[in-house]
Amino acid sequence: MNKIISVDKLSENVVRLEIEAPRIAKKRKAGHFVIVKLGLKGERIPLTISSSNPEKGTITLIIQKVGVTSHKISILKAGDEITDVVGPLGQATHVEKIGTVLCAGGGVGTAPLLPIVEAMKKAGNRVITVLAARNKELIILEKEIREYSDEVIIMTDDGSYGKQGLVTQGMEEIIQREKVDKSIIIGPAIMMKFGSMLTKKYNIPTEASLNAIMVDGTGMCGACRVSVGGVTKFVCVDGPEFNAHDVNFDELLMRLGGFKEEEYKAYQSYLEGLKKETV
Amino acid sequence: MENIAEYLKQERGQEWREELRKSMKPKERLSKDRVQMIEEDSFLRAQSHIEVNRGITVQMAVEEAKRCLDCPDPTCIQGCPVSINIPKFIKYVEKQDFALAARTLKETNALPAVCGRVCPQEKQCEASCFYTIKLKKIPVAIGHLERFVADWERNSGKMYIPEVAPSNGIKVAIIGSGPSGLAAAGDLVKLGYSVSVFEALHEPGGVLKYGIPEFRLPNEIVDVEIENLKKMGVEFITNFIVGKTATIEDLKAEGYQAFFAGSGAGLPNFMNIPGENANGIMSSNEYLTRVNLMNAAHDDYDTPVLFGKKVAVIGGGNTAMDSVRTAKRLGAERAMIIYRRTLEEMPARVEEVKHAQQEGIEFLNLNSPIEYFADKNGRVNRMRLQKMELGEPDDSGRRRPVPIEGSEYDLEADLVVVSVGVSPNPLIPASLPGLKMSRWGTIIVDDKEMQSSIPELFAGGDIVRGGATVILAMGDGRNAAAGIHRYLQNKNKK
Ligand SMILES: Cc1cc2nc3c(=O)[nH]c(=O)nc-3n(C[C@H](O)[C@H](O)[C@H](O)COP(=O)(O)OP(=O)(O)OC[C@H]3O[C@@H](n4cnc5c(N)ncnc54)[C@H](O)[C@@H]3O)c2cc1C
Ligand code: FES
Repeated sequence: MNKIISVDKLSENVVRLEIEAPRIAKKRKAGHFVIVKLGLKGERIPLTISSSNPEKGTITLIIQKVGVTSHKISILKAGDEITDVVGPLGQATHVEKIGTVLCAGGGVGTAPLLPIVEAMKKAGNRVITVLAARNKELIILEKEIREYSDEVIIMTDDGSYGKQGLVTQGMEEIIQREKVDKSIIIGPAIMMKFGSMLTKKYNIPTEASLNAIMVDGTGMCGACRVSVGGVTKFVCVDGPEFNAHDVNFDELLMRLGGFKEEEYKAYQSYLEGLKKETV
Repeated sequence: MENIAEYLKQERGQEWREELRKSMKPKERLSKDRVQMIEEDSFLRAQSHIEVNRGITVQMAVEEAKRCLDCPDPTCIQGCPVSINIPKFIKYVEKQDFALAARTLKETNALPAVCGRVCPQEKQCEASCFYTIKLKKIPVAIGHLERFVADWERNSGKMYIPEVAPSNGIKVAIIGSGPSGLAAAGDLVKLGYSVSVFEALHEPGGVLKYGIPEFRLPNEIVDVEIENLKKMGVEFITNFIVGKTATIEDLKAEGYQAFFAGSGAGLPNFMNIPGENANGIMSSNEYLTRVNLMNAAHDDYDTPVLFGKKVAVIGGGNTAMDSVRTAKRLGAERAMIIYRRTLEEMPARVEEVKHAQQEGIEFLNLNSPIEYFADKNGRVNRMRLQKMELGEPDDSGRRRPVPIEGSEYDLEADLVVVSVGVSPNPLIPASLPGLKMSRWGTIIVDDKEMQSSIPELFAGGDIVRGGATVILAMGDGRNAAAGIHRYLQNKNKK
């Protein structure tokens, strides 16, 4: 049981939870994630550790409401408990001083990006971050990202905030302006695919953090498998970050839809249930 | 070994045993037929998850016990990896003293209700029974009797909780709560150690929980055993991955003086053939975990599982049988085993194969997949198979399957479960650079006390053997417990 210390809403569909997890707080590094399970009948889902406070013994998780479990988590309150939290999982981000790092976060992908931006900055790099989302409301963690970035560019699809356009436009602007030594892209698979095609064009080494479907998170099931450079890898133990230019994003996109129908049905019936309760 | 023979002789010489032996002529014992396990109807059971084997009655058990000749040289015991005193427990059954029969089992076996259900007795004790080796007759149903006794005890409501020595305050950590870890924990707590079992998943039990299905080993039975260990003082810490949540070094700093790694062979193998990453193709670990641990087939649980109409399971082991029989229970119209050798070479237990056949599982033997095809959504819908024939025997002594050129054909399948073996879990080794490993990724230990190249770390079960059986894992756990005890006694003497 892990107690929730505080909850704040970052946007209509995104909340930030600070939860008690003293051991994980002590061990975690940028890039790590946890598996969370809510209730006896809950499913196990992966969530990136956005930040941690080892003295206080807490970690923060950022959750976007997209299905049954994320919805259930997003309506929890301070003082509630999360049944199971295990981690830190995955390989930590490889952090070194290399020069200029171009980070790109799409939508809720900004959450896993934040600790990397922070680590890269602390390692002495010049960090430029592009945040992208459909509209202003969906740009999250801007303040925190600014704290660790030398420059922040905001892109929205509808132009309601920052510049109008896609994440790749913001990235390309920087790449044409100055020398970029490394790029890190986190967001929806489709965004990572196009971002990675762009940096490949410019020969910039690029990492992407993959959001595969998981069950155990310990390498036991293979639900999270992806093809990287033609070889099957398990995101939970070999990743979550991989050389973006080697990732087969089309396969990832296809696999992310693996339970679409089941998930959609479950979410609809859950929402029905919620409606009935409130009536 | 000598004193064991002596001990067996003494036990056998006890008055009650002598009397029982005399109470019936060997000829009469030999003339009895072996008991038949009561099984749920194959049609009904394939539509539910209830246990297939229903157990045997008191009367059946006593009659079966009479078949045992109580041999002076009980070869059956040598066939048992944990050396259960088999004639003694069986004679207690004949005497109808089931509580003492249960206690006899527990002298050496911490999980008799589990072993009575999942051990390959036909390859172990029953293969070494006097009936089998000398008389060429059907052996005593040792496995059924073991299960009967364990169930009787559990249902009696008076489970015997072994006595525990006064606490010596020495902390020992068990990594992984599969059968090897549970066996080691049980022995160490009896010796007075303060034992913590760390488990990566949210529930303890290892493969017994997430792998072996309800219809073969109900989770409740495993839970009762875990409860008993708790009553004896074992602490279970779930959601804790040693090597990640804390390292062995961290735990040492917290006062743990010795470690047992029973972390299993968790990593599923795939065949790396084209199309294998399509949706609807998964490892048996994923399939069984979703269904068994996460209860995915129940509407009120959140984890999803894919239901298939035409399900192909690749492999011929217990895991493959469990997967294909699960698929049948989840509504598959065709549930098929695709195996590259023949029934004779199948590693699965004979009983599982028989049950699968009764339930209408199709066996496509001498077949191997070479490619998968998917629909526009990426969901598998067809597979290409190649026919095989058996060639010369390989290292394992089984005849090697050889592909037949030009024999390829296509088969429709909308769910494929890949069950072609597992590799050792790399989490522990990855966090211990100094640890000596084999080239298969298993931890190297001395085979008596299971000590690794790091003196305070002992290991057993699938992480050492690379995939074996419940009973071998338990035997390792017990040997390691004895090794840890000796190691700590020596260390703390200094
Ligand atoms: C589907 C299936 C059916 C089977 N059927 C039979 C059968 O009928 N008869 C039979 O004898 N055998 C059977 N087996 C084999 C048998 O289950 C295994 O040999 C046995 O369970 C191995 O036990 P173990 O203790 O080594 O590990 P496991 O049972 O694999 O347990 C290991 C545990 O350790 C945990 N763990 C791993 N790493 C860490 C870590 N770093 N920190 C904390 N915890 C960790 C894992 O989560 C797991 O719970 C079957 C196996 C499967 C998969
Ligand atoms: S989530 Fe099961 S292996 Fe990665």
